Amino acid sequence: MGVATYIKDEKDAIEEVILQSGIKVKPAYTPEDLERVGFEYHKDLGDPGEFPFTRSLHPLGYRSRNWTTRQYTGFGTPEETNERFKLMISHGQTGLNVAFDLPTQMGYDSDDPMAEGEVGRVGMAVDSLRDFEIAFKDIKLNRIGAGLTINAVASVMLAMYESMAEKFGYKKTEISATPQNDILKEIVGRGAWIYPVEPAVRLIGDTIEYAMKELPRCNPVSVAGYHIRESGCTPAQEISYAFMIAFAYIDNVVARGYKAEDFVGRFSFNLNVYGNLWETVAKFRAARKLWAQLLRERYGVQDKKALFLRGIFGGGGSGMTKQQPENNIVRGAYYALAAALSGAQTTALCSFDEAYTIPTERAALISLRTFQILMDEMGLRDTIDPLGGSYFIETLTKEMGEKILEEMEKIEKMGGMVEAVASGYVQREVARQAYEFEKKLQQGKVTKVGVNKYTEGADMEVELHEYNEEWAQLQIERLQDLKKTRDNKAVKESLKALEKAAEVQENVMPYLLDCCKCYATVGEMANVFRDVFGEFREPNIF
Amino acid sequence: MGERKTRVLVGKPGLDGHDRGAKVVALALKDAGMEVIYTGLHQTVPSIVKQALQEAVDVIGLSIMSGAHIPISRKLMDMMKEEGIVNVIVIVGGVIPNKDIPLLKELGIDGVFPGGSPFEEIIQFIQQSVRE
Repeated sequence: MGVATYIKDEKDAIEEVILQSGIKVKPAYTPEDLERVGFEYHKDLGDPGEFPFTRSLHPLGYRSRNWTTRQYTGFGTPEETNERFKLMISHGQTGLNVAFDLPTQMGYDSDDPMAEGEVGRVGMAVDSLRDFEIAFKDIKLNRIGAGLTINAVASVMLAMYESMAEKFGYKKTEISATPQNDILKEIVGRGAWIYPVEPAVRLIGDTIEYAMKELPRCNPVSVAGYHIRESGCTPAQEISYAFMIAFAYIDNVVARGYKAEDFVGRFSFNLNVYGNLWETVAKFRAARKLWAQLLRERYGVQDKKALFLRGIFGGGGSGMTKQQPENNIVRGAYYALAAALSGAQTTALCSFDEAYTIPTERAALISLRTFQILMDEMGLRDTIDPLGGSYFIETLTKEMGEKILEEMEKIEKMGGMVEAVASGYVQREVARQAYEFEKKLQQGKVTKVGVNKYTEGADMEVELHEYNEEWAQLQIERLQDLKKTRDNKAVKESLKALEKAAEVQENVMPYLLDCCKCYATVGEMANVFRDVFGEFREPNIF
Repeated sequence: MGERKTRVLVGKPGLDGHDRGAKVVALALKDAGMEVIYTGLHQTVPSIVKQALQEAVDVIGLSIMSGAHIPISRKLMDMMKEEGIVNVIVIVGGVIPNKDIPLLKELGIDGVFPGGSPFEEIIQFIQQSVRE
């Protein structure tokens, strides 16, 4: 998905262009269009670094600070992950983006029957603090930030990260971690959910509350419209669903008696760069503006920095094709360009082999080089918001803003995102969009080079990242050894205390820290929550 | 007497939660007039076999994106044998490297449809296999 619909005449001349969000593009734009949409420089854009931040969060943009690049890394054992971290850092990567295997994401230990065949497959396996101590060994945790791609048990992993950093002698005030910690989008689009919606959202509230008080450099939530877009929604829906999800988390914490102003500046977003170039740029500009405006209106947030739409704008994996895989290197370069033209603070790319597997070392490096070429050779750091003022882009930015608000209104009418997800509305809508798009692709109404046009017959096989069965064995042995050598009485007591806190709805974070520090396992902690909260059941959407 | 609708169980075995492909194919099969039962995520092979029996399906379609397609397929086929399930077509889709297709066929998988396979191909394959 991602490409617009083109209606053409028999001579291949384009008669109509309809962007995925449903906006028609004209053949040319003039000052009259700006008048038609009511464009005003100070109201709609503001100077770079000024409300509503349409152009840039910072007054000097990339001049004062290059973007951060964060390739998704992590596989197999913690030892292997540690090596890959160091390799990427030595090549100039400036942040870590940690991939966990599915058992870890789902709160199962490596020796659980549910984990069979999956240990270390799509990310690193983490059973206990011992694994984190290995994975982050010799990484300067006060210098480099880590994105932790985990959601259902993000609270556990944040506690694990803090415990590990403390063990290595860092102060909790100097470490920077961003757990993804967005369970609503998991339910809509990525599927790594465990608990029912309400307690799951409460766990996120716990991490936000805790980080606000104890971890000044941690961003406790990264709201990931990215995955909902990957699942099939339109660019406008991506932003509106992400915002509605963010509001659900804000409301949970506000209900505890805090002011949004005091914590919302720590929210970050993970958004998708993929599809039509202009729609993408307009989407991000509109999103930055709307986020600032809505936070002011809904929650009375005044602090400038709390109004920033921070985050990672990353190249979408579903744009990558397994046909003619080298083309994905070119696609990645255009996605990176779109991200830079959109003023992304942090970026990442899916590597060219990602349609098949997690990235090989070479492929991950090519992605990193793509960013470096753009910023160091092509002049993307020269000036801020270079498309700003274009009749077309400014008109489109206004129109995207309206589309986003329209979609938000639909969710609002259902009572908010928690309700819209619990009832299955959002999942149904996303699946419908994905199906409609796939049909258009198969009918040739949208073009994907190498897939439904300019095909080359036989597909070439890409180099696969090997899965090593021994990883599971090593991981299970380490876990069994751990269970023999740790203080099992302390583990039992800490888990009991955690259970009690979960039952009375006390903030669980301090209890998770106690569990992590005495080497309780991820599975043991996750199971405490399973017992207390139960498990989510998917609504039928067919 | 109307013809009985072909019943398809779309299953998501394992922990992987990427179900865009499974849902899109489910909608396509539904549009083609089939009865589709979706298992939901995080299923085990025994739970899929149990649902296939309960729902008396003609077809089991597995969607596997995690790379574990071979062990999962092997387990499913073994279990179907144990349960004495015959005359049920099994197809597999998802992230499947071309080189693994012969082995999957050897295990007894009737049809393999890697991501991006045309709906028409899947629909025709099912219709033809069910007739036979």
